[in-house]
This record gives sequence, C-alpha cells and structure tokens, in this order.
Amino acid sequence: MATEVQRKPSWRQRHDLLAVFASRLGYGLITLFIVTIIVFWATQALPGNAASAILGTHATPALVKETENQLHLNRSVFSQYWAWLSGILQGNFGHSLTNGSSVWALIKPRLINSAILVVLAAFFGSIIGIPLAIYAALHKDKLFDRVMAVITLSISAIPDFVVAVLLVTIFATVVWKVLPAVSVVPVGVYAWSTPRLLVLPVATLSLVIVPYIYRMTRAALIDAFESEYVELARLKGLRPLRVSVVHALPNALAPVIQVSGLNFIYLAGGIVLVEYIFNFPGIGQGLVNAVSDRDVPTIQFIVLSLATFYIVINILADVAVLVVTPRRRYARSAPA
Amino acid sequence: MTTTGIAPPAPAVRARRKAGRFRQTIRTGRGKVGLAFVLFVVLVAAIGPFVTPSPPDSTVGTVFGPPSGQFWLGTDTLGRSVLSRVLDGGWVLLVMALAATIIGVGLGAIVGMSAAYFRGVIDTVLMRAVDVLLAFPQIVLVLLLISVVGPKLWLIVLAVAFSHLPAVARVIRSASIDVTERDFIASDEAIALSRTRILFAEVLPNVTSPLMVELGLRLAWSTAVIAGLNLLGFGQAPPAPGWGEMIYENISGISVNPWGVLAPALIIAILTIGVNTLTDAFARVSLGSDRAPLEMEQLV
Repeated sequence: MATEVQRKPSWRQRHDLLAVFASRLGYGLITLFIVTIIVFWATQALPGNAASAILGTHATPALVKETENQLHLNRSVFSQYWAWLSGILQGNFGHSLTNGSSVWALIKPRLINSAILVVLAAFFGSIIGIPLAIYAALHKDKLFDRVMAVITLSISAIPDFVVAVLLVTIFATVVWKVLPAVSVVPVGVYAWSTPRLLVLPVATLSLVIVPYIYRMTRAALIDAFESEYVELARLKGLRPLRVSVVHALPNALAPVIQVSGLNFIYLAGGIVLVEYIFNFPGIGQGLVNAVSDRDVPTIQFIVLSLATFYIVINILADVAVLVVTPRRRYARSAPA
Repeated sequence: MTTTGIAPPAPAVRARRKAGRFRQTIRTGRGKVGLAFVLFVVLVAAIGPFVTPSPPDSTVGTVFGPPSGQFWLGTDTLGRSVLSRVLDGGWVLLVMALAATIIGVGLGAIVGMSAAYFRGVIDTVLMRAVDVLLAFPQIVLVLLLISVVGPKLWLIVLAVAFSHLPAVARVIRSASIDVTERDFIASDEAIALSRTRILFAEVLPNVTSPLMVELGLRLAWSTAVIAGLNLLGFGQAPPAPGWGEMIYENISGISVNPWGVLAPALIIAILTIGVNTLTDAFARVSLGSDRAPLEMEQLV
C-alpha cells in the first residue's frame, strides 16, 4: 500500500494482528451460528415427523409422543431451535436416543481418540512431505521431482478407504501379519492404552495427506526461489544453503502454514471412512453409527464439533500466516 | 467441427481450439495412461453385467472361498462369485457419480459466475454462504442429509452434488472475475444483452478450461464419496452388487478371501487414478500449470 502522504497509523494499523484476529473471530462466530441453524434444520426441522423416523418400526403412539417431547417437537420451530441452542450453550448436548446416556459422556472419549489420530497423522504427514518437497524444489524438473510428481498424483487420486484396505491386506492379513487389522478397543477406552492399534489408521491418514503437503510446499518454495530477492541474494554470491534457508524459506512459510491448516480440515472428513474400516473408536465411527441409528442428538453434537474444529483451524491458520508475513497485514484490509 | 454458413467466427474458433486441447491432452503420456484407465473401468462396468460367469446374486460356492479355476476371484460372504459381482456392480456407481458431478459442477458454475458477474451484495451473500457450507467436511455434509431422509440413492446423488457446490463455486468465481472485466462484456452490456445470455454465452465459454478441470476432479471425488457411503452401509439394498457395497459386505472376511474387498477397491482406485491423471494432463495442456493453485482453492 503505497500511500501518497505519510498518515498517522490508525488504531487498526497499530494493532494489526489483534484487529485481524478479532474480525476473524467475529466472522467465525457468525459462521458457527449459521452452522447451528443448518444442523438443526437438517436434523430436526425438515418435513416429516422426525420422531417416527427415529423410532422406525418401533413407533407406538406413546413412544412417538415421548420422543417428540424429548426433541421439543411439540413446540414452534423457533422455540425448538432456541431450546436446543441454549442447551448447547450451557454445555447440555442432550441424551443419546439409542441408550439414553448423555451425549457428552458418550462422545468425549471418541473426541480424544480422533484428536490423537488427526494430530499424529498431520505430524507424520508433515515430517515426510516437507523434506521431500524441499528436495524436489531445489532440484526442480530433475528425475526425483518428475518421479515424485507421478507418485503424488497417483496417491492423491486413490480414495482413503482404498489406501486403508491395501494397508490392511499388506500388513495385517495376507502378506505379513505384523499388525492388528481392526482395533478391538471397546468404545469409551482411550487409544493410547494400546498404541499398536494406532499404527495402521495413522499410517493411512498420513499417506493420504503427504501428496497435498508435498505439492503445496514444493509450489511455494519454487515461487520463492524464482523471486527477484532470491535472484539478488544469489547474484551477491551468497552460498546456496544460506539463500534457501535465510531468504527463500521464510517467504514460503505462509503457504506451508495454510497447507497444514487445510490438512487438519481434510483429516476431519477423512477420519470418517478410515475409522470405520479400522473399527477405531473415534467420532468418525461414532457419526456413522449415529446416522445408522438416527441418533439425532449425537449426530448434531458430532457435526457441530467438526464444524467448530474447521472454523477454529481456519482462524488459527489465518492468524499464523499473518504472524510470519507482516507485509500481508496491510494488504488485507477486508476480511477475505 | 461443422458450423453452419453464417455462424459468427468466434464460436467456431473457440470450438476448434477446444478440440485441439482435447487432442493435445490425449497425445501426452499422462493423457494416454489416464484415458486407458478410465476406458478400462467404463468397459468393465458397461459390458460386465452381460458377461458374468455365474449369476451375481446366487450362492454358487463356499463362504469366502479362495480364488480357484472356477471362481477366479474367489467367493464372498454368502458364497457368491466375487468376479460376477465386480462385473455387475460398477454401472450404478458410475451413473450416480456422473449425475452427482454434472449437477454439482453445473450449479457451482452458475453460482460462481453469478457472483463474479453481479458483484456487490449478490457476490457477498453467495460467497458467505459458500464459506458456511465449506465448514462441513464433504462426507459429513452428505451424512447429515442422509440421516434424516434415509439412504435413498437419489438423495445420495443430490447430497453429493450439493456438497460439491461450494468448492466449485469458489474456483469458477475466481476464474470468471477476470472475464467479467474484459471489454466485450462491457460492449454486451452496452447493447443490452440479457444477463442470462451474457452469463451463458459470453462468460461461460471463457471459463471452460477451469470448468473441465473441475469436472474431472469432482468426478473422481464423487466416485470416492459415493463408494465410501456405500462402504458405510448407505447404498443399494442387498443383494444388489456394488463396488462400495462389496467392501461393506466382505470386510469381515478380508483375512480369508481378501479379493472380495481388494477387487472392488482396486477397480475404484483405477478409475479415480485414471480420471485424475487425465484431468491433470488436460490442466497442463490448457492452463499450463501443474494444478497446485487450483487444488489450493479446491481444498480451502
């Protein structure tokens, strides 16, 4: 922003990070509010009697009545929504329709298990993908780079569940029987009590995200390497290592942070199928079970947690990008 | 390309250039490999139902029997021939994936082009709506919709189509923005061309490359998501064969006859790899990029 006159910096400019953070947080909260409306509308307010849909063939008039009361179906849509939302704001997520216990108590261990899965996958995906990308970017269009382009394209094209099935076949059943195929962790138990069960799900998810990390990091680094300031650094006669680490890398950090954020978001969807195949007791498997059983409060809670996770990661990634690239703080006056 | 005598030159040139892009794509190594993979799977799905060695729905052998001379891929959870079920189980998935992709990319393109062309309030509202929808992982959005209406096949198609909409809208919006600022759009407005006409006859032909890339990427996604839903038990009612459903049925016997799971999984992977490779070849030819920026927008 080349302004014609030197003006006194506004509050927004002096507290740039804080201002951006506040505005992102505001937009995040608005998004979350609309998400609650969508979730509520999709699960409870759609035409058709949700109570008899839930009860299916077991529906007797008395049971329908009871379920209607539990879901507040006998009230107006607005007051139903309000009752539901205020319950959630007070930390009351309702009771599971399948066994009557509190949704929070049922889902909390699953949340933690899934979080472990996602964090480990993101960690291993990054420590595999980023070094490969740095090497490929330094040797652009050489053999390694071209071979990796084909490999990453193929891996990213394979659906997650196929990767899972292949890994099970190779490591757990047919070729070697070194690892357990499906976990036997009962629901409500934490995954770290038997780390061996984490190996294959984590391997699947890491493998699935490596291509994304690799390609984004490589593209960002190549952009930086081809920029004028790196050219200048080279012409000054600086050593190649110094040029790449001190000059190019800091400018490639922003896209890499964005990719890491995207990976968490991608994993939030990826866990659904992978957890199901490995019978891993996380929220992905919980969601599938809840959808099969039409356990509305559980579906609502899991979908809301995943959406909240998405919004929080987005805000954190945006802010982290601004922390590492000060010049972007001014370029983006309107929240994108 | 046969164009009638007095057609304006511009569309003819455009059509010729488009044909050139496809031909160029097929000439690249990636293009050939991708096309071969896709054709293989389409042929299996289309001809397969007529050449099944045994009826796909009837029990003909032991449960989870290993591959043999009679059953090349062994038998499944009910002693049915895995090969027959693979041959008969593809077309429903392919039709559903194609329908979901065309609907989703079509609606997404309309939303994206409208946002780019109308700007202002319409743009803001549409793109905020897109932001909100992106807060749901795609498969979660579909599961949410299925949870109420039940796993009907038409609902799966519509839900998957709908789940493509926000990401496609974003990509097409950013591709259309440059176009809407060009002089010929201003001249169209000067001669009071209708807005629908401007969108479909003037903006659309100028974003075909990103649109084709989106179609390819989304087709692969649709296949994976629909097969994934079938694998979770939300699909055709038994005993209908389906590649996703077969994984669901046979996963318990993976250590006895892995082919009941592997065969459908591998053929789905051949299809998605083929579609992605072909799309990648097309993107390199027509957009001259290695697709990284597009992919970024697709995921964001």
